[in-house]
Amino acid sequence: MNIAVCVKQIPDPAVPGELDPESKTLKREGKLILDESDSYGVEMALQLVDKTGGGEVTLVSMAPNNEVSGLRTALAMGAAKAVLVSDPALAGSDALSTAKVLAKAVERAGGIDLVLAATESTDGYTGTVPAQMAQLLDWPSLTFAKHVEVGEGKLTIQRQTEAGYDTVESSLPAVVSVTAGVVEPRYPSFKGIMAAKNKPVDECTVADLGLSPDDVGWKGARQEIVNVAAAPAREAGEKIEDDGSAHERIVEFLEQLKVI
Amino acid sequence: MGLSKVWVYAEADGPKPHSSTLEILTKARELGDSVEAVFVGGDADSFAAPLGEYGATTLHAADPGDALAGVVGAATLTALVTAHQPDLILFAQTYDGRDAVGRLSAALDRPVVTNGTGLSVDGDRVVVQTAIFGGNTIVDTAFTGPGPHLAVIRPKSFPAEPSGGSPATVEKVDAVDAGRAGEATVLERHVEEREGPKLEDAEVVVSGGRGLGSAEAYEPLVEELAKLLKGASGASRAIVDAGWVPYAKQVGQTGKVVKPKLYVALGISGATQHLVGMKGSDNILAINKDGEAPIFSIADLGVVGDVHKVVPKLIEAIKAKQ
Repeated sequence: MNIAVCVKQIPDPAVPGELDPESKTLKREGKLILDESDSYGVEMALQLVDKTGGGEVTLVSMAPNNEVSGLRTALAMGAAKAVLVSDPALAGSDALSTAKVLAKAVERAGGIDLVLAATESTDGYTGTVPAQMAQLLDWPSLTFAKHVEVGEGKLTIQRQTEAGYDTVESSLPAVVSVTAGVVEPRYPSFKGIMAAKNKPVDECTVADLGLSPDDVGWKGARQEIVNVAAAPAREAGEKIEDDGSAHERIVEFLEQLKVI
Repeated sequence: MGLSKVWVYAEADGPKPHSSTLEILTKARELGDSVEAVFVGGDADSFAAPLGEYGATTLHAADPGDALAGVVGAATLTALVTAHQPDLILFAQTYDGRDAVGRLSAALDRPVVTNGTGLSVDGDRVVVQTAIFGGNTIVDTAFTGPGPHLAVIRPKSFPAEPSGGSPATVEKVDAVDAGRAGEATVLERHVEEREGPKLEDAEVVVSGGRGLGSAEAYEPLVEELAKLLKGASGASRAIVDAGWVPYAKQVGQTGKVVKPKLYVALGISGATQHLVGMKGSDNILAINKDGEAPIFSIADLGVVGDVHKVVPKLIEAIKAKQ
């Protein structure tokens, strides 16, 4: 089976984020890395392709500036190729614009049976893109999956719910979003890293996908940041070193709060 | 100045309305001249009174059968929006809420603002407040295009206060064609036994992080302390990603927002990712080996120590008191 995995290249989350003073959006300069949330989708796709005995994994991604370093990580894990929509017009894109672009990228990849995505990205965390993509493709969307099985022309997932989980079945093709921690992403091998350098990345523009620049980026988002302010800071309280009796101070604290 | 029509996507929590539904209904009353709810579920009639009590005058109701609620919700709303033209539709940031708003947004070609923690109306301009960078920075976003505007609000952003309204008028909506999305069906609903309160509603939340060292330490340290304090157990993203505990327990930016009376962070360093989900707690107790961990900058009581040493003693001491 052929699986497309949506991957996002993001600024390193370990580095504190900053807003661009002009555009009031997240600064996305410097080196981008593969969003760790997406490594679960990539791993799951590789496993499903193995299990079903054929097909390949295609990455779909977008970036305003030809960035590929994060894609190379996923290619090194074992994905066969990538479609990268790279266009300055994409700057400022919101979730719906992103979904429009990625849905078209899936169509461009062609012959896709299943799209896997993370439930939400680490930097934008809207959590709506998989459902938006599915609607645009007129495919079923099965979200918040913690287990995925693929059978003949259909798929079954365990979907996280407030109360536990639902077992949900669907025809293919479909879009599935997977929660983190469901599989253990492999580390790229040295061989994988070397091979990734020569794997095909199909770079295309918004116009190549048949979309207008007005559908994406700032224009497509149809929203504006009207104010940015610092939130009231929370003060640190008492800090103690455990000398073997810290639990006594904690008990006092809990009694004060009438928790015990 | 308010909006003419504000709608709320209502959800159930067992036989009752979801607490986040009541929160956004309360806010909706402040923003709109009229407030109506859309509900997808089996027994809509029994929700007419509790939703009416929080301000919904009409309850548009669809029965999803064995289809996905969010998919049916989006298809139902797509049909209703054309006929009723609401100005603003509010969703709670839940699993089904995000499904419904995602599909609806694409079907109507309207943007969504997610992770809302505040809402206001300025003239006919709808402004959604969101918190970024671990809650350090508050951003106000206004919609600039035509409505209906779609906003997704994080639970616990507003208090839920009844208006004393009479039961909502139930208007049943016939099954709407959801296209190929309708081909996904629920075969079985698995309800996990839960001891104690729900994570979002608990007065006390005890969460564990990577400092626990292993998945095996979660039960005897985090679960046990949570049980003793009649609270709920949560987790940092790090240990959810590591597969130690399910996503449902995740507190943080990508996860749940909690505002308990007491939040206990065990072996959690306090990445901004985590802080945004718990810094609204009334009191914070943190135990962590690393004295430089950012969690200590917001803790009311910070203990620099090994959770494996401090927590078992604490558990014994609490048991001795009870």
